[in-house]
Amino acid sequence: MNLMTKALLVVAALALAACNNPRAGGGQWDDGGFGAGGADGIQTGALGDPNDPRSIAHFQQRVGDRVFFETDQSTLNDEARRTLAAQARWLNENRQFAILIEGHADERGTREYNVALGARRANAVMQYLASQGVSSSRMRTVSYGKERPVEACPEPRCWNLNRRAVTVVSTGLTS
Amino acid sequence: MTAFARVFARHPVGWPALAALALLALVWPALPAAAQSGPLRIEITEGVIEPMPVAIPAFVADNSAAERYASELSRVVAGNLTGTGLFREIPASAHISRITSFDAPVSFSDWRAVNAQALVTGAVSVQGGRISVRFRLFDVVSGRQMGDGLRFDGSVDAWRRMAHKVSDQVYSRITGEGGYFDTRVVFVSESGPRENRVKRLAVMDQDGANVEFLSDGRALVIAPRFSPTGDRILYTSYESGAPRIYLMRLSDLSRQVIGDQPGTMTFAPRFSPDGQSVVYSLSIGGTTDLFMLDLRSGQRRQLTNAPSIATAPSFSPDGRQIVFESDRSGSSQLYIMPTSGGEARRISFGSGRYGTPVWSPRGDLIAFTKSHQGRFHIGVMRTDGSEERLLTASFLDEGPTWAPNGRVIMFTRETAGGDPSLFSVDISGRNLRRIPTPGPASDPAWSPLRD
Repeated sequence: MNLMTKALLVVAALALAACNNPRAGGGQWDDGGFGAGGADGIQTGALGDPNDPRSIAHFQQRVGDRVFFETDQSTLNDEARRTLAAQARWLNENRQFAILIEGHADERGTREYNVALGARRANAVMQYLASQGVSSSRMRTVSYGKERPVEACPEPRCWNLNRRAVTVVSTGLTS
Repeated sequence: MTAFARVFARHPVGWPALAALALLALVWPALPAAAQSGPLRIEITEGVIEPMPVAIPAFVADNSAAERYASELSRVVAGNLTGTGLFREIPASAHISRITSFDAPVSFSDWRAVNAQALVTGAVSVQGGRISVRFRLFDVVSGRQMGDGLRFDGSVDAWRRMAHKVSDQVYSRITGEGGYFDTRVVFVSESGPRENRVKRLAVMDQDGANVEFLSDGRALVIAPRFSPTGDRILYTSYESGAPRIYLMRLSDLSRQVIGDQPGTMTFAPRFSPDGQSVVYSLSIGGTTDLFMLDLRSGQRRQLTNAPSIATAPSFSPDGRQIVFESDRSGSSQLYIMPTSGGEARRISFGSGRYGTPVWSPRGDLIAFTKSHQGRFHIGVMRTDGSEERLLTASFLDEGPTWAPNGRVIMFTRETAGGDPSLFSVDISGRNLRRIPTPGPASDPAWSPLRD
């Protein structure tokens, strides 16, 4: 890797960290003294090249970083299990990475219920990955409820994509 | 800021006997206005009702400093009263009489001639940063003053509060219900694309005036709730990365996290009626249960223990019961359990999913969100689940909050593909209104009546 490539990677990493900040919640905003920076100690690293099987980009694009759910459900269908089995294989081969599993819901429910539903979905994914040998010390979950849709249209095709759990890979847990 | 209310004139005509009122309530809607023989009265629970015609001439300025407030005050009062849907204002252009002196006798025949049934008069004086507002309410038909004249004193900056206090008195004297105009609403102000929405805590007067932001939008926030004394709010923030409950003091915006158990998510907080405890949801291992935290001792108690979701808890006004939402039966339904713990009793049995139950401050009804066949509704039911009534229907209505008098409900409405905004509706299902906000808004919570 030449110096130029390295520099580009650093820039990419910084850009990614900046992008991820609002979604992780950001830091404190006043002197109340209770804010804690960062997303529960998870650090974000460079995505890398999807052709590199050890890269995060490969995990996201080739392995598949997300699974989908039926309305109000947290049951994993066959396709979700296949994706998660592949995630587990990758995670077992790349033990330097930790994961944050984000549970999400579509907008067709109340805010509070959707937070609880997202928690249930994230947990279903964590349980499955654990059953495939991924150590629970590498995994954390968070629910975004209906707060962070990937698609905003008021139609079933968007709701189907929003009812999801996303496995976010990072370089390590610091706490 | 404190407003002082002082009686400055006792009127010899006292309140009519309750029995007479009850009788009137039964016959009033059938009575044409001209045939009215008893005191002015709007019975809110009756089917309606033609809005009562009321005249609210510009308040009299007692000194020149008061001039810029005098007519503004009467406009705010008029806005409040007509906004209820229970009153119709006789426009000033139709008035025959002008009120130039607050203490001069009222020429009732002039007000009868323009078909006013109620007349609100007021006077304002401003001195050294203080404002003083006096008002009287008259029953034009019988030609009598209703109740005592009152005076409110406060800081000039809070002049709108004086108008809200006058409105509360007028509303209360005519309907027999508590007022709700001198209140605030805490809500979530939204901006930016849906995929990465910026959400800020904000608070405003119930009519949308005096908006103040309480957070800067860096952290995602949801569902703020007022304390019973209106001085603090509970809300859920993602500032640590995961949802956690925070308690904020409104006087200085200082905060403390109160849902800080590692490996858990906490949300859906609500104060107990005595303000000493918080009931909330805690998610761990995919299960969401209800917990209660004693704010003084810091002790936590688990209220539910089921492998399902229990969320959106709300206390009964006496603090002895909690209504909440659970999917333990397979779909979201409403349940009531004793605060001391024990079995929960299901109260919702209609078709569809039920959520976000909120106990009325009067104790008689529970407001809720219902989704059925792709539509969302705000509804009310009795505390035993009977007499369910859907008040609204839209693409997405959710999250009801009660006005302190238990007669009006505010909620979030989102149209398909549109932005969310705040709406209010009477518990009769009438008078659906959009509440003005600076931009998209959601998750309203009504404050108690201010002192």
